[in-house]
Amino acid sequence: MHNTNISIWFFNGVLLTVYGLMIGGYGVYEVVSGHTPPVVLAHLHAPLWWGAGMLLLGLLYCVKFAPGKEK
Amino acid sequence: MTGLPSPHMLAVFLLAPTHRMARLAPLDIAVIAVYFAMVLWIGFYLKQRSNTSEEFFLAGREMTAWIAGLSFISANMGSLELMGWAAASYQYGILAAHWYWIGAIPAMLFLGLVMMPFYYVSKTHSVPGYLKLRFGESSRLLAAISFAVMTILMSGINMYAMALVMKVVLGWNIHFSIWVSSITVALYVALGGLRSAIFNEVLQFVLIWAGALLIPILGLIETHGWTGMRLRIQQNFPGQDFTHMWRGLGSFSSNPMGVHWTGIVFGLGFVIAFGYWTTDFLVVQRVLSAQSLRAAQMAPIIGAGFKMLVPIIVILPGLLGLAVLPHLLPESVAANVPGAYSYNEVLPLMLVRYCGPGLLGLGITALIAGFMSGMAGNVSAFSAVWTYDIYQAQINKRAADSHYVAVGRWSTILGVIVSIGAAYLVMQFASIMDYVQALFSFFIAPLFGTVILGMLWKRATSAGGFWGLLSGTVVSVGLYLWVHFNPAALAHVAFSIHAKTMAENLYRALWAWIVCVVVTVAVSMFTKPRPESELNGLVYGATVIPHEGPVPLYKNHWFWAGIVIVIFFVLNIMFW
Repeated sequence: MHNTNISIWFFNGVLLTVYGLMIGGYGVYEVVSGHTPPVVLAHLHAPLWWGAGMLLLGLLYCVKFAPGKEK
Repeated sequence: MTGLPSPHMLAVFLLAPTHRMARLAPLDIAVIAVYFAMVLWIGFYLKQRSNTSEEFFLAGREMTAWIAGLSFISANMGSLELMGWAAASYQYGILAAHWYWIGAIPAMLFLGLVMMPFYYVSKTHSVPGYLKLRFGESSRLLAAISFAVMTILMSGINMYAMALVMKVVLGWNIHFSIWVSSITVALYVALGGLRSAIFNEVLQFVLIWAGALLIPILGLIETHGWTGMRLRIQQNFPGQDFTHMWRGLGSFSSNPMGVHWTGIVFGLGFVIAFGYWTTDFLVVQRVLSAQSLRAAQMAPIIGAGFKMLVPIIVILPGLLGLAVLPHLLPESVAANVPGAYSYNEVLPLMLVRYCGPGLLGLGITALIAGFMSGMAGNVSAFSAVWTYDIYQAQINKRAADSHYVAVGRWSTILGVIVSIGAAYLVMQFASIMDYVQALFSFFIAPLFGTVILGMLWKRATSAGGFWGLLSGTVVSVGLYLWVHFNPAALAHVAFSIHAKTMAENLYRALWAWIVCVVVTVAVSMFTKPRPESELNGLVYGATVIPHEGPVPLYKNHWFWAGIVIVIFFVLNIMFW
């Protein structure tokens, strides 16, 4: 969306970044504390890598579509 | 067509739960709260950009092809869609994927390549609006009233069903779920109009994938890939075929759905899919918001590309459920067995199986986002049809533009309030859901007959359009009632007494479409057509489609449609 000050993709970036921090942060806690929830495949630490993926994607979108950067 | 879950998919959530599946951690609650804050932020932010009717109802016709395309399929991805089709794939196997591939892709491409130029060039604000331009006021009124009533009822039913899902999964209070989610939707759509709905739908689309994609990934890791999953299904259900799409469709009795390939190809792939994806204003409105004809033509093609991927997060979890949760029961049985779960709960069960704190909240947020995108789609489409095709056409023809924007905002709120009323009505009379589901489907097939003849046949007349639409609808209702009161009639309507509800719907739609087309043609032949000069912008052969200049291959909609259709055939052959 070019004619709006804040792009929809920036909103997406913000949401993914916040979720990445929250879920990835919990993933770090899981690994450091050794406390894993009673779910199948808990040893894979899905929150860690899924959160990290969302964080990276979110930051990418935040930077690329930051307000004022679009034409 | 996947926008309308079959009656059993809605009814399954009606039975009172005896236990909750999961308890949310504070982190999960925080994830959900962030989502609500984000959608409200978008609504308030976009309020400043919805001051004219063009901005409020059509998002200023400024959307790029990507945004319109993602919004186009997101409006269709309700939470019942996700849960219902995961349940259907547990029950019917990969047959359920027909509703995503042949039941969507050809129709979406047809919309983009053939029909969009007429919708876009005619500058109509709605599908009933196109009927007005092509066939006159009576056809528009019939289509507008039926659409408005059914859309709002459907919104209420989905709202109630969603609240029940939250009660089953999390033990949440039904009234809390209904009011919080609907007030949020009312706020952001009333504030920012279609633009706000579309922005949120794109956000919800991303969120649905972020929350749901982890299930098939972890499921395939657990089952050691697709081959391992198939082996486990064969061990759990010996002698049954859940992983082939076409092999069992040679006869009505050789597949769990009781359907023949003719029903899938002609009933689903042609009539229902084309009816829904090309004439249901809920989805067409998103494409009409595109910034140019080329973007409007690309949007459904982009949507089709993503639609082909949706079975990964909907059908695959159901199949994985067959492999790792083989003891789920039909709802009617599970309701009487303490501690048992039904296959209708397979998606949340898979979510709880793999997702701990944080990820569970993300998955639940994806379900809530699915519900809200579906509801926002319903109320924004209702608002446009009510304002343009009923209020402006019948009640107040000459008001200022700002007046119609105000009517749009208030009708959005009114639509949500009526939806809430419908939700409470269904709470009292559960069987209403079955009837409304059927009622909604009554209008889709004949409407497609009317619109497609109107666009492609210059000779079609106003009287032909109106009587064709009316007779197709009446025949559809008649066939439904015939089977309802005399189940043996199924052998005539669906060609087999083995036909299940889904199969019956396919054939009923086919009959309704045929009757609509035959009546439209017959009446048109005996009535006077409009002069060709009046059909410019409305009918093939009488319209000069504007040429937007040469573009590189990678921006050409025919090129991308070709890619999509090739992938479509490859997928069907792979899972034959």
